[in-house]
Amino acid sequence: MRKYSIFAVAREAMRGHKGWDKQWTSPEPKKEYDVIIVGAGGHGLGTAYYLAKEHGITNIAVIEKGWLGGGNTGRNTTIIRSNYLYDESAGLYNHALNLWEGLSQDLNYNVMYSARGVMMLSHNVHDVQGAKRHIHANRLNGVDNEWMTPEQAKAFCPPLNISQTARYPVMGAALQRRGGVARHDAVAWGYARGAADRGVHVIQNCEVTGVRRGADGAVEGVDTTRGFIGARKVGVVAAGHTSVIMEMAGVRMPLESFPLQALVSEPVKPIFPCVVMSNTVHAYISQSDKGELVIGAGTDQYTSYSQTGGLHILSHTLDAICEMFPIFNRMKMLRSWGGIVDVTPDRSPIVGKTPVPGLFVNCGWGTGGFKATPGSAHVFAHTIARDEPHRINAGFTLDRFRSGRLIDEAAAAAVAH
Amino acid sequence: MLLIHCPYCQEERPELEFRNTGEAHIARPADIANISDEAFEVFFFLRDNPKGLTYERWRHIHGCGRFFNAVRDTVSDKFVTTYKAGLPKVAVVRADDGSVRVSDRVEGAGL
Ligand SMILES: Cc1cc2nc3c(=O)[nH]c(=O)nc-3n(C[C@H](O)[C@H](O)[C@H](O)COP(=O)(O)OP(=O)(O)OC[C@H]3O[C@@H](n4cnc5c(N)ncnc54)[C@H](O)[C@@H]3O)c2cc1C
Ligand SMILES: [Zn+2]
Repeated sequence: MRKYSIFAVAREAMRGHKGWDKQWTSPEPKKEYDVIIVGAGGHGLGTAYYLAKEHGITNIAVIEKGWLGGGNTGRNTTIIRSNYLYDESAGLYNHALNLWEGLSQDLNYNVMYSARGVMMLSHNVHDVQGAKRHIHANRLNGVDNEWMTPEQAKAFCPPLNISQTARYPVMGAALQRRGGVARHDAVAWGYARGAADRGVHVIQNCEVTGVRRGADGAVEGVDTTRGFIGARKVGVVAAGHTSVIMEMAGVRMPLESFPLQALVSEPVKPIFPCVVMSNTVHAYISQSDKGELVIGAGTDQYTSYSQTGGLHILSHTLDAICEMFPIFNRMKMLRSWGGIVDVTPDRSPIVGKTPVPGLFVNCGWGTGGFKATPGSAHVFAHTIARDEPHRINAGFTLDRFRSGRLIDEAAAAAVAH
Repeated sequence: MLLIHCPYCQEERPELEFRNTGEAHIARPADIANISDEAFEVFFFLRDNPKGLTYERWRHIHGCGRFFNAVRDTVSDKFVTTYKAGLPKVAVVRADDGSVRVSDRVEGAGL
């Protein structure tokens, strides 16, 4: 693989850009691999990348039914933060945040991680108490998060309406300065390029249709639309489709799949300097480098695999956006879309082993797993390579729903993101 | 937005009047304090989450207030049927052209 650099750009500029390599190849599937990863989203591609880079396992196939990055990775609003309440979550999301900071250099690929600050608004007494509790818990865990008065919040984000007569008055905010956004596609592409360079096969347009198990119950490989592919270790990283694939292996999951939508406005000049989230009124907003306002809405109330949600979900979010930022109420929305998110009962992910020997699962990221991509992939690679979890994902087991050791961010945050 | 037929009101009404309350036909154990951790996990946390036909409960919260069951295709989001709570699981069949209808056969016990 040729390194990307200012010199490479200059050299190619002289040669009419004819010398660039393909970022990854499209190989024919082999009969057998050491490890198969099902799902070429950021978490799956990242897992292959770290398996190859840190564990020396390179005989890997990442199998994707569509195109790489076409799932939730390419559909999300890219909010990155780590100010979760519980110790386990703080550990996992902060691990990811630490990796985000060096990811472009590590991958030699600009993922455009921008630590512009994530500000979470409080609109009532309960919000204020909850936010302050988070700030203190975060401080004890070494996670940055600070309290802002309404005036400080306004100074940090000038378009914010802090009038006390507003429909959703702002009583303060929690700010994580290290939080921000990144370019979602670039994360998938960068990991795919880095993995392919180390010999990983990224096999697109190939759907897994079955999981084969031997007489001893252990995994032997997967049936796909391009035939059977063998492997003694299979990692399922299929987001909203996890229940479907795990069912093929005979495992019933504590998951439900819901549509989650987002939308963007027409592009405008830079006006919005940070990310603002309001869990109470359910709206998230930032501005992309292209100038679009990127707005995240809520989930529909029913399970679905349709990748489309109800219009009233979007309009509810836009109501809230217009109240909080009156300056935007005449902007036109350009497009909206949906993804299918896999939600666990405690709103925390499942990253680890399964009852089936050789079968691993990384799922349940629900509405908020983009931010965790590097950390999740890193500890999942460790789990697959060593056949035991990394210290950081040790609590995120599938059997916590039997033991009762939940990581109840659902109760802590009322909303996951 | 979905349009949902309430089997009590006998009317098709917008989704905003309803609250989805999850997978249907899950029996609450009679002796819940004494069941095993495995049985509790199955009852409380594990879900079918099918891609295709799902059996689910709805509540007509801004109408008659009652719970009822529905069969819906989670790929097209189209309802096959809705029926009153307490009735047995309605069996459905998929025809060759892909359409789904209620079959005459009834299976399972009423929950
Ligand atoms: C609208 C929206 C907004 C969001 N906003 C945020 C946010 O602001 N911040 C945040 O942190 N998170 C956010 N999320 C959540 C985030 O997108 C996900 O948690 C994360 O991207 C999941 O990554 P993944 O790699 O696990 O899954 P995906 O990127 O979905 O990858 C899974 C892949 O598996 C493939 N697959 C499925 N079934 C099969 C099969 N049978 N065979 C082969 N391949 C298969 C799919 O095609 C898909 O490409 C948002 C999600 C959505 C939908
Ligand atoms: Zn009714």
